Amino acid sequence: MPACGGRTLYAMTLPTGAQLLQYLISGLTLGSVYGMIALGFTLIHNATGIVNFAQGEFVAFGALIALSCSEAGLPMPLAVLTAMAAMTLLGAALERAAIRPARGASVITLIIITIGASILLRGIAMWQWGPDALPMRHFSSEDPIHLGPASILRQHLWIMGIVVATMLGLWLLAERTQVGKAMRACAVDREAAQLVGIPAARMVMLSFALSGMLGGLAGSIVAPLSMGQYNMGIMLGLKGFCAAILGGIGNAPGAVLGGLLLGILESLGAGLCSGMKDAVAFGIMLMVLLVRPTGLLGRRAGRGEAVG
Amino acid sequence: MLILRSAETYYGNVQALKGISLHVNEGEIVALIGANGAGKTTTLRTISGLLSPRRGSVTFRGRSIAGSAPETIVRAGISQVPEGRRLFAPLSVWDNLLLGAYHLSRREKRSQMRESLERVYSLFPVLRERTPQLAGTLSGGEQQMLAIGRALMSQPQLLLLDEPSLGLAPRAARAIFEAIPRFRSQGLTVLLVEQNARAALQIADRAYVLETGRVVMEGSAKELLNQREVQRAYLGRGYRQVWEEE
Repeated sequence: MPACGGRTLYAMTLPTGAQLLQYLISGLTLGSVYGMIALGFTLIHNATGIVNFAQGEFVAFGALIALSCSEAGLPMPLAVLTAMAAMTLLGAALERAAIRPARGASVITLIIITIGASILLRGIAMWQWGPDALPMRHFSSEDPIHLGPASILRQHLWIMGIVVATMLGLWLLAERTQVGKAMRACAVDREAAQLVGIPAARMVMLSFALSGMLGGLAGSIVAPLSMGQYNMGIMLGLKGFCAAILGGIGNAPGAVLGGLLLGILESLGAGLCSGMKDAVAFGIMLMVLLVRPTGLLGRRAGRGEAVG
Repeated sequence: MLILRSAETYYGNVQALKGISLHVNEGEIVALIGANGAGKTTTLRTISGLLSPRRGSVTFRGRSIAGSAPETIVRAGISQVPEGRRLFAPLSVWDNLLLGAYHLSRREKRSQMRESLERVYSLFPVLRERTPQLAGTLSGGEQQMLAIGRALMSQPQLLLLDEPSLGLAPRAARAIFEAIPRFRSQGLTVLLVEQNARAALQIADRAYVLETGRVVMEGSAKELLNQREVQRAYLGRGYRQVWEEE
């Protein structure tokens, strides 16, 4: 497809209904992955107030570990679980090794630490897996399912199903378990949580571990479609970050909504003009931030610190 | 039970406590009074572990707790009700109470949760009807009751109360001050920080007067109530809150 701009712009045609449906399907798939990455940002942000720029690398490592495991002959569920377990450990290790020792440092210092960690992780990934994009088998047959004029890949269904199940699991964790409630309490008021005996430091570690797990899972489900590459985390991390901002940073349902919205708009944008895919994503984020600086579901500014 | 010896606490480079020494005996209600910025809240935060003293010691039941993590201190038997209540507003009343008992093991919870819940409900019956409600939707007085109830769920021996009447309607403030002496009959010791010096001295056994990070006066609450200097500086002679008794 030719690049947009100049005279080729005239070649743009309105998409047909079938094409729209197709864009919608791939947008939803991509969007649910973005939503999952955004949830990783949200968890850590709520626990610490920082933005973890290594979140994208969690995703890349998840993808690379899963595809290596699958390549080595592990059955697919085991490959995915291995990637998740490894990333859970890596998330916890990052907190323990790099974030906790800097306790008391300013938010900006901590954010720079995560940027450093992301560069280090990317370097390790390139050293270990090389610079090329590596393919991964789909979870099941690669034959598409035809839905009228549109067709859908089984991997799309896998992705959406897994994302929905994960969200449900996280929701249950937050609403029904003591640990989940303690994490929420820490997010609401860290000091008050400490005063009732909740070990805040352990909750921070847990949020990193969970974010690692989410990243690992997101990477391993998207890799069959996107392939796995050492630097794939840059773009995916940015998109997840966009989604989190779009929904209102710190707001879990907002993160998912932001992800879906971003995925669909991006897919439609790409359908109209393939070169504009990323421009659409970041353009939307800028526009939303201009109109609603706190994001779609974000709290109004200034209310966070309200007394009583 | 609790002894502070020349505790000095800093915020960054600013010294907030300039050597505070005080003690609280088992079963007592002790009040800390003083103007804004005198170091009352800082003293409580130094005891509960949110701050650690740079010099001096804090011992509870003979063991040093200075510099311990807040969760360790809660486990040792000290629970602080923070100023401004600081509830987990998006969580239900029930969840707030449940999190109060966070440090108890699963077995302890099974055997003791019901008992401590009943204790909280008997002190503040209104909370029982509110359990499914979100904490943020309670009235100010109810929020203060919940904040105290949440602190009691950890089964403390020593309760630190920071400005419990702050921002409450007169009737609600009165209800809180009526409840505090009842804690004693439940085996609790109370260290109370309060702007409203008269109300605090009326329910306390002993009190310390703080000024710019130092203890400037101490004595039985009755003595301090009648002392001229205290009357002039903190009680506003003849001035009474509408809801106060004679």
